[in-house]
Amino acid sequence: MELSGGQILVQSLIDEGVEYIFGYPGGAVLHLYDALFQQEALKHILVRHEQGATHAADGYARATGKPGVVLVTSGPGATNAVTGIATAYMDSIPLVVISGQVSLPVIGSDAFQEVDMIGITRPCVKHNFLVKDVTKLAETIKKAFYVATTGRPGPVVIDVPKDITAPHIKVPYKYPKKVAMRSYNPVVSGHKGQIKKAVELLLAAQKPIIYAGGGVVLGEASKELTEFTRLLGYPITNTLMGLGAYPATDKQFIGMLGMHGTYEANMAMHESDVIIAIGARFDDRVTGKLDLFCPYAKIIHIDIDPASIAKTVKVDIPIVGDVKPVLEQMIALVKDSPKKANKKALEAWWQQIAVWQAVDCLQFDRTGPLIKPQYVIEQLYEVTKGEAYVTSDVGQHQMWAAQYYPFDKPRRWINSGGLGTMGFGLPAAIGVKLAFPDADVACVTGEASIQMCIQELSTALQYKTPIKIINLNNRYMGMVRQWQEFTYESRYSHSYMDTIPEFVKLAEAYGHVGMRIDKPEEVRPALEAAFAMKDRTVFLDIMTDRTENVYPMIEAGKGHHDMKLRVATGTSTDRELA
Amino acid sequence: MRHIISILMENESGALSRVAGLFSARGYNIESLTVAPTEDPSLSRMTLVTRGSEEIIEQITKQLNKLIDVVKLIDLAESFHIERELMMVKIKTSPEIRDEIRSMADIFRGKIIDVTPTTYIVEMTGPSEKLDAFIAAVDPETIVEVVRSGPTGISRGEKSLHV
Ligand SMILES: Cc1cc2nc3c(=O)[nH]c(=O)nc-3n(C[C@H](O)[C@H](O)[C@H](O)COP(=O)(O)OP(=O)(O)OC[C@H]3O[C@@H](n4cnc5c(N)ncnc54)[C@H](O)[C@@H]3O)c2cc1C
Ligand SMILES: Cc1ncc(C[n+]2csc(CCOP(=O)(O)OP(=O)(O)O)c2C)c(N)n1
Ligand SMILES: [Mg+2]
Repeated sequence: MELSGGQILVQSLIDEGVEYIFGYPGGAVLHLYDALFQQEALKHILVRHEQGATHAADGYARATGKPGVVLVTSGPGATNAVTGIATAYMDSIPLVVISGQVSLPVIGSDAFQEVDMIGITRPCVKHNFLVKDVTKLAETIKKAFYVATTGRPGPVVIDVPKDITAPHIKVPYKYPKKVAMRSYNPVVSGHKGQIKKAVELLLAAQKPIIYAGGGVVLGEASKELTEFTRLLGYPITNTLMGLGAYPATDKQFIGMLGMHGTYEANMAMHESDVIIAIGARFDDRVTGKLDLFCPYAKIIHIDIDPASIAKTVKVDIPIVGDVKPVLEQMIALVKDSPKKANKKALEAWWQQIAVWQAVDCLQFDRTGPLIKPQYVIEQLYEVTKGEAYVTSDVGQHQMWAAQYYPFDKPRRWINSGGLGTMGFGLPAAIGVKLAFPDADVACVTGEASIQMCIQELSTALQYKTPIKIINLNNRYMGMVRQWQEFTYESRYSHSYMDTIPEFVKLAEAYGHVGMRIDKPEEVRPALEAAFAMKDRTVFLDIMTDRTENVYPMIEAGKGHHDMKLRVATGTSTDRELA
Repeated sequence: MRHIISILMENESGALSRVAGLFSARGYNIESLTVAPTEDPSLSRMTLVTRGSEEIIEQITKQLNKLIDVVKLIDLAESFHIERELMMVKIKTSPEIRDEIRSMADIFRGKIIDVTPTTYIVEMTGPSEKLDAFIAAVDPETIVEVVRSGPTGISRGEKSLHV
């Protein structure tokens, strides 16, 4: 079969099994768009801004585990996609981003809409390719999908010069079934000796804790993590990216850890003697001040990326490998081991944890006349029976969603953790809804974040992706304001906008339903009404208590044992509380 | 500590910038970098000299290995190896000092590869410290120009870096 480059690109994506491509046309990709026009298998979702395309593809990828695919034109189209590419990179999300490029002969001449996409994206992609030969196009696409989805996943950019896609140049087409790259061989099975040593250490622990992250979600190993944790009976905490990897309503789950994690999770980390980190990368939001991090613990670390190990925190037993087979081996070893977990020590440990849990660090005032954002999330959980896909933007609302919506399944909690990209939530929700049209999809956002990609409301209408936008409207960039309150003596420098749009009208202008909610008692009925409208996108503009802060909190430079709690004035340690 | 990292990588355009970009983005220091194709034209070999604590060097090698274009690498400083650097020095010569320069080049096993009435060019290879020593021995006033390739290296004996 002889095809043009444009046709090869489209056909390769179809042969790769791609369902949706999120894109925006322009000069450098016109041949490609013409090829798209002439087929029906591959569905193109026209966004309103290229950043939206990358986030929508990213949301699709996070919810399904399949790679998200993006198509943008050269120059401004390509640069607009960069924020979304970096967002996916930081959270290890597989994307294949195809960017148009000026024709090969004019590359380097400052041609119209030329940017060095390979150079610009180099530090925020897993890999990128410039296609210089149309006969290599199909193979390059196969490689891109292979690299994006294997090992530690990540975004891959394919920069395609316009002349490569020219309709009159046809070459034989065959999509490779497999590719091998001598320079890329991700490790999967962990070192047997290390795994054995780790299990021995774990079984000898007195105050163990399992610290699991996004790698468990990415590695589809929730089932194994759950079995492993139950088998041992140890407490487990998840990172922001790991939420849902272990059922949050289970009694062994002691909440998220880190800056806005629970008191009990952070105290348990601090006091523990053996930590097993599983697909988590010791991010600074998790560790707090490094010198104070887990002073008494021996650390086991399972990660598929050797560079994640010992990057910020020294570990005692590193295990490089895919979390799923490694956990399977560990489960088998624990089962076969004549030595069992120390029951008495574990009992004492759980008693200690119960003392920390009794602090009830997530309590908030339920009696006042103002709508508490935490209450909204609790109600969202109830109305959706804990089954919704929840995307979020970045700020206080993100933390509240993480704290008050317990996720029992992986891939339900979809947020930008590593880059913290405002504007992520709405387009991501569209991507999720396309993947799961029958599921409830909520986007928890704030009045500042939502405005960063609000144009995608138009995309939501065009492709009939009825999502529910939960706008926790505190009339502040709340997260910024909170830091200013705590560390800049309440000098609220530019964290407030006094020209916030009327979101109800805005939603209506985009063809959706808008609702404004001012009183606590209106929250539940409004949520019920919104989710009952199965075929409409509903924008709930909820006026929340504007002075509310996210608690508990580890402030900058502090350790896990030194959390700022809502109950006490100033900071409290466990010792004061005990 | 000083480390010499020897890298085999795909001879693709942009491969060099991936390595250089990694070092600048992560704040690692590069003392020198040399690169050329190998006997297999699809591969280039790069030799990179860097300094850092054990932890940093470990991260550097991990991050380099993570680059998709990198096929293999070794840290030469970890075992017996031979290190060589090429240097050419252009020296201003007055008749009185010509003999002295010639004998000094001899002592350092250098060669004079270009002669004009007023200049010599001395070529020399060796470990970087030897080249440093030569420079230190020559009157700085007379040095017009120094070009150095940066060190490159190979492990001794059976040990090798190949695909
Ligand atoms: C406003 C704000 C506040 C935040 N506060 C917190 C907070 O309080 N607590 C918190 O936890 N985070 C918080 N974050 C998020 C934080 O910045 C990091 O994104 C997050 O902690 C990283 O999660 P992770 O360690 O699970 O790693 P991820 O970024 O999810 O990385 C996954 C790790 O698993 C590895 N991996 C991938 N696939 C596999 C596999 N198959 N097998 C084995 N390993 C694999 C990867 O190599 C990587 O090391 C906050 C973010 C924002 C924006
Ligand atoms: C693109 C981008 N710009 C700036 C920031 C810094 N930032 C983090 S949270 C935040 C405020 C978010 O305000 P809002 O969306 O209203 O959420 P709230 O904190 O009030 O819930 C800002 C500006 C960011 N994360 N992303
Ligand atoms: Mg706000």
